[in-house]
Amino acid sequence: MTWTTLTALLSHWRRNGLQFFALISGLALATALWSGVQAINAEARASYDAAAATLGEGQFGQLLPRTGNRIDQATYIALRRSGWQVSPVLEGRIDTTQGRVRIVGLDPLTAPGNVAPVGMQEGTSLDDFLTRGVLFAATDVADQLENAVSQRIVTDPSAAPGVALTDIGVAQDLLDAQGTLSRLILAPEQPMGRPDLAGITPDLVLQPAQDAGADRLTDSFHLNLTAFGLLSFAVGIFIVHGTISLAFEQRRGMVRTLRALGVPLGRLIGLMIAELVLFALIAGAIGVALGYVIAAVLLPNVAATLQGLYGASVAGTLQLRAEWWLSGMAIAVVGTGLAAAGALWKIAHMPLLSSARPRAWAVASGATARRLGAVAGLLFLVGVGIEIRGKGLALGFVLLACMLIGAALLLPLVLRGAVTLADRQARSVVWQWFWADTRQQVPGMSLALMALLLATAANVGVTTMVSSFRVTFVDFLDQRLAPELFISAEDAAQSPDLEAFLIDNAREVLPLLSVETEIAGVPSDLFGARVGPTYRNNWVFVAETPEVWDRVARGEAAVVSEQLARRAGLWTGDAVAVAPGLSLPIAAVVADYGNPLGQALIDEAVFSDLYPDRVPTRFGVRTDDAAGLREKLVERVGLSDAAIIDQARIKAFSLEVFERTFTVTGALNVLTLAVAAFAILMSLLTLASLRVPQLAPAWALGMTRRRLGRLELLRAVVLAFVTTVLAIPLGLLLAWVLLSYVNVEAFGWKLPMYVFPGHYALLTVFALLAAALAALWPALRLARTPPSDLLKVFANDR
Amino acid sequence: MMLTVQDVTKTFAGGEGDLPVLRGVSLSLDRNETLALTGESGSGKSTLLHLIGGLDTVGSGAIEIDGHDITKMTDSDRAALRRTDVGVIFQQFNLIPSLTVAANMAFQARLAGRYDADQAARMSDALGLTPHLDKYPEALSGGQQQRVAIGRTLVARPKLVLADEPTGNLDEATARQVLDQMLDLVTETGAALLMVTHSQSVARRMKRQVHLSQGRVA
Ligand SMILES: Nc1ncnc2c1ncn2[C@@H]1O[C@H](COP(=O)(O)OP(=O)(O)OP(=O)(O)O)[C@@H](O)[C@H]1O
Ligand SMILES: [Mg+2]
Repeated sequence: MTWTTLTALLSHWRRNGLQFFALISGLALATALWSGVQAINAEARASYDAAAATLGEGQFGQLLPRTGNRIDQATYIALRRSGWQVSPVLEGRIDTTQGRVRIVGLDPLTAPGNVAPVGMQEGTSLDDFLTRGVLFAATDVADQLENAVSQRIVTDPSAAPGVALTDIGVAQDLLDAQGTLSRLILAPEQPMGRPDLAGITPDLVLQPAQDAGADRLTDSFHLNLTAFGLLSFAVGIFIVHGTISLAFEQRRGMVRTLRALGVPLGRLIGLMIAELVLFALIAGAIGVALGYVIAAVLLPNVAATLQGLYGASVAGTLQLRAEWWLSGMAIAVVGTGLAAAGALWKIAHMPLLSSARPRAWAVASGATARRLGAVAGLLFLVGVGIEIRGKGLALGFVLLACMLIGAALLLPLVLRGAVTLADRQARSVVWQWFWADTRQQVPGMSLALMALLLATAANVGVTTMVSSFRVTFVDFLDQRLAPELFISAEDAAQSPDLEAFLIDNAREVLPLLSVETEIAGVPSDLFGARVGPTYRNNWVFVAETPEVWDRVARGEAAVVSEQLARRAGLWTGDAVAVAPGLSLPIAAVVADYGNPLGQALIDEAVFSDLYPDRVPTRFGVRTDDAAGLREKLVERVGLSDAAIIDQARIKAFSLEVFERTFTVTGALNVLTLAVAAFAILMSLLTLASLRVPQLAPAWALGMTRRRLGRLELLRAVVLAFVTTVLAIPLGLLLAWVLLSYVNVEAFGWKLPMYVFPGHYALLTVFALLAAALAALWPALRLARTPPSDLLKVFANDR
Repeated sequence: MMLTVQDVTKTFAGGEGDLPVLRGVSLSLDRNETLALTGESGSGKSTLLHLIGGLDTVGSGAIEIDGHDITKMTDSDRAALRRTDVGVIFQQFNLIPSLTVAANMAFQARLAGRYDADQAARMSDALGLTPHLDKYPEALSGGQQQRVAIGRTLVARPKLVLADEPTGNLDEATARQVLDQMLDLVTETGAALLMVTHSQSVARRMKRQVHLSQGRVA
């Protein structure tokens, strides 16, 4: 019995290939969207990590030589043997005919996280990197190196500017530094009970991981991207839901017959679940693979990281990474389950003798549309409640969910309303028929249009969010990374000499004086600043009072960060106790995207009075010749390369990485829109068979098939237009919640939101184009329906 | 007794209050017996047939098939009974659109686990369906589809055949031929046949006749 029933169930798909294709591809696309977004997200993260690491920026702790520039390789081996998770780095410069190039040698096998080069491309295996010797560098550096080294040079746009990246052994050869290293990177997780550093080697000092400024900003960015990853999954779920409920609806008759012939309901449902799980697995596998292909095609130069994600390609063998595939499949199965639960429930409760005729599925009548609208209203109310009273990150996401689901549920009602409105304006009989017929089509297309709504809203949201980030990020970099170089003294004793040297050789010197303290109950850093042109010209405030810097310089006021201000409930004009016994009015509040702690800034002199023992060991330096100053510092003062951070380079590089992420999100936008268009295509195609009986009377009454086809096309565009018009405010709302609610909850600061109307207009055009493209084929098919099919409608009217 | 229907009532909830369709119907049918159920349109013939087939539940009363009261059975037991012992030929054809005529004909026999290819071939010959075996139902005329539905039930050789106007869509000659087939099979297997019909000539060929009127046996 089981087998016979299964044959009958499966025969439906054999006979209706298009529906089967719609089901599998809908599922596969939803999974692909999810895994593609994950891949793109992971890729963006890896880019940042690689950027930070190659620049020697301190997201990881490091071991540096106490004196001089070099560590003996034996020390490294001794550390590894004793259990320390460290990875060696060797840095130095080589001369080329066009200037000097900084060489950074890494050990990809021990390096933590994604320190290894991002752009290992096809044809470059890890093996190559280790044995043959390959250097990775941006185009200009690669050209420079062309004739200077014998190793193969791979152009990698993601490499840091002015740097060539290679294996540690190759670097030792190139720099003629066999057996020595510059620094050791500490993996974030170290085994318990490893011996003391001093016990192994007295020559190294530990430099703890430093908050690299931009880290937190990018963290927030990723949180938001993840939120959009979920959104894209929601788009996928709507598509899957549409295809699955359609599939069930079309088999209502068969289910009824099977039950009448004696197949028990439980068995039938069990078989349908098994069938769905099988399809979900097949589609999930296709989807994960497709996600990989999409990500790789959209971002051709990140194939290596993707390989790392999906399975490391070591020495030519592809090892699939189980978790990745499993998570993709799980998403497909869970998504199918979510989408199918309702349909299965309906089947289970369908009276055996109920009508077998497929109704327009899922969102049936005007009454249903109104009911959904009511639910939507309820969800919006909950959302508003959360916005007014809510606290916490989780609630922020609930708020997002309320808005999105609410908007999607509202859509059928809005569409009906729009069509009714148009109907009232209609003068001719044809147009009256057109609008009435369109109203009939709304339920059938609802789910696909909901997918379009979410896709377009995601698009608007992502663009608004990313562009707002970009504008803010550039401002922030200008402000915080204004000094061209940041220089660390080896110890307090060296500090006065170093400062004197810097003052002689640079335009402006900004000592970085700080203590960790608690201000107004918030753990904070208190800074002593040397107020000068850099502060005056570059700092942008969230809120300010007149003559901020003059008052700070006179020791009469303080500047606090937004986090501190929000958490302590203070704002400009309020007094803040920056230290026991010293209370100053807040002259300005500054946005500080780079910090989990609060910050307060007072004049250098006031700071020195409070903390006379503090000597600055770090300096920001303004100079027009960063490279020259750097060389002087290394050669004359004897600082190590790692002690000098080239902010201009970090800035340029961060911007470039950000640009890449920007193109990535552009790709993501194209992807979601394409998937939504596909959903429309599929729902139109599957609806086509239901359409024939509806159109036959119009045809019989004298409308040509061509005209009917053209009207079908128009209908899709009209519905898509109304949907898009609703999607734009939804997307803006989405971006607003992410930037001003979720971000505040997660990181303590609000990101300013910028609006880009030109982009939204363009997007509307794209959405309409996508809908028209999707409707083209079904319309053509309809225009070519043989008259005999239309006649059948009248022959077999039963 | 193959079938005993005792004091069965059935009421549908309608827009303007309840609609009592069956108000206490009793009848019985022995093995190898044939019974015609007649009555005007809307008198509740199909409803009674559905109740006997276990497709719907009675308001009150009892229906015994082969000694088992199906009104006290679970859904899945009733399904099992339909699979093996009771064959229902519906007023609408209820074929599986994605299976060929041959597969549709074999379907119920396969479900019951007693498919016999020779017997199926004889049946399709007798019903004039052999030239159409590889077609799908949508390519058949209404009468041809009805014959496939009849074949599907008869190939499975149930003990009790319930037929709802099986020959209503057929021309007179074919109708007679199909009826002959059904009666032959019923005789051959010792099954009981309950047939709803409007046609007096069909009704006369059954051993007994029962007329439904006002929700009761007249
Ligand atoms: N599911 C239902 N819900 C409500 N009323 C129903 C339902 N099924 C049947 N009826 C009503 O019950 C009455 C009997 O219907 P039934 O189909 O049994 O008639 P019938 O004798 O088979 O008629 P016909 O000869 O036209 O097939 C009719 O008035 C019909 O409208
Ligand atoms: Mg009837």
